[in-house]
Amino acid sequence: MDARVRALESILVDKGYVQREALDEIVEAYETRIGPHGGARVVARAWTDPDYAARLAADATSAVAELGLGGRQGEHMVAVFDDAGTHHLVVCTLCSCYPWAVLGIPPAWYKSSAYRARAVFEPRAVLADFGTVLPDDTRIRVWDSTAEIRYLVVPRRPAGTEGWDAERLAELVTRDAMIGVRLADEPAAVGARS
Amino acid sequence: MNGAHDLGGTMGFGEVVPEVDEPVFHTDWERRAMAVTLAGAMLGRWTLDESRHVRENRPPATYLTSAYYRIWLDALESLLVAHGLVGADELADGRAHRPGDDGVTAVSPGTVTRVLARGAPTERRAEGTPAFAVGQAVRARNIHPGGHTRLPRYVRGHRGTVELVHGAHVLPDTNAHGGGENPEWLYTVRFAGTELWGEAADPSVEVSVDAWESYLEPA
Repeated sequence: MDARVRALESILVDKGYVQREALDEIVEAYETRIGPHGGARVVARAWTDPDYAARLAADATSAVAELGLGGRQGEHMVAVFDDAGTHHLVVCTLCSCYPWAVLGIPPAWYKSSAYRARAVFEPRAVLADFGTVLPDDTRIRVWDSTAEIRYLVVPRRPAGTEGWDAERLAELVTRDAMIGVRLADEPAAVGARS
Repeated sequence: MNGAHDLGGTMGFGEVVPEVDEPVFHTDWERRAMAVTLAGAMLGRWTLDESRHVRENRPPATYLTSAYYRIWLDALESLLVAHGLVGADELADGRAHRPGDDGVTAVSPGTVTRVLARGAPTERRAEGTPAFAVGQAVRARNIHPGGHTRLPRYVRGHRGTVELVHGAHVLPDTNAHGGGENPEWLYTVRFAGTELWGEAADPSVEVSVDAWESYLEPA
């Protein structure tokens, strides 16, 4: 595969279609600048600023743009908010639609046949694969991203974070929580990681 | 089309296996395949809908056994040949034999920055009024188009409720095949898990899909 990709790259460069630096720019963007840290800022802001949370609920595309985020694979955003009785989960059964603008490139499991097949059929079992066990009466809302609407899950703010500022809270917001396969991290997890 | 990509509800794939500390790319070829695919799209010769259809329009056995970025690369090569930008002989030999199309401006870092920031919004000015309102009962049509569609098989024929109305968006079914954008109202429709999967299904589950107006009928 490596030789084949290199050859195609050379053909496109030699024919004047693509500058090699443009390819480097794409890789650099998704390996460094665009990733789940962007989405974590959105969630942490929503947790700390009720007005922002209301704007995010009403028009996520604009609210995300307020934080300098948006663009490719995030042109039309919808934020869905977990609460005590409802848990949200995002999948794309047809391909791999994913909110790149706020989460970056999807992980391999999101693109896997197993996730795409099962998330709409037995989401509770899929959540269990991630170690996420919810009470039986928690309503599970699965969002199958079949158009260009991109969904961002706003998980519940963990207990014990009273008085935390948005920057510190963002540390608790993982990519998996914003897809909905896990809950936001507990405060102890931050200490354990650092 | 009813391709192997339409996976919702298919059984037998086993558990979902998350990877601890997964890197953005696993190998250098994945990294380059992703970059070259995005750059190819920035040439503006095909739409996202067309590229999706080319990825999905594979023999099921090939689709299900190919690595993710392998499918992307196969599709990119097909698109480049179909649109006359690269010759099949050049792909076979792994090098350019002729100069490129004069009409193409090379994708530069500036193009990349601009396209990533702006994206390619699919919302268009809406003509008329939506046929369905939030809260209304609708049924996903029992259709099996041979071309591209974004209506998953598992919702077809089932009754749901309109949850969101998104304005008019480019219709993938025509846009994938050079048939124009033909924007239609786009809805999010919520289905009960028991409606989709039967009475034995988990009653606490609901599944929403985004559906263009022509995918729906009054219920």
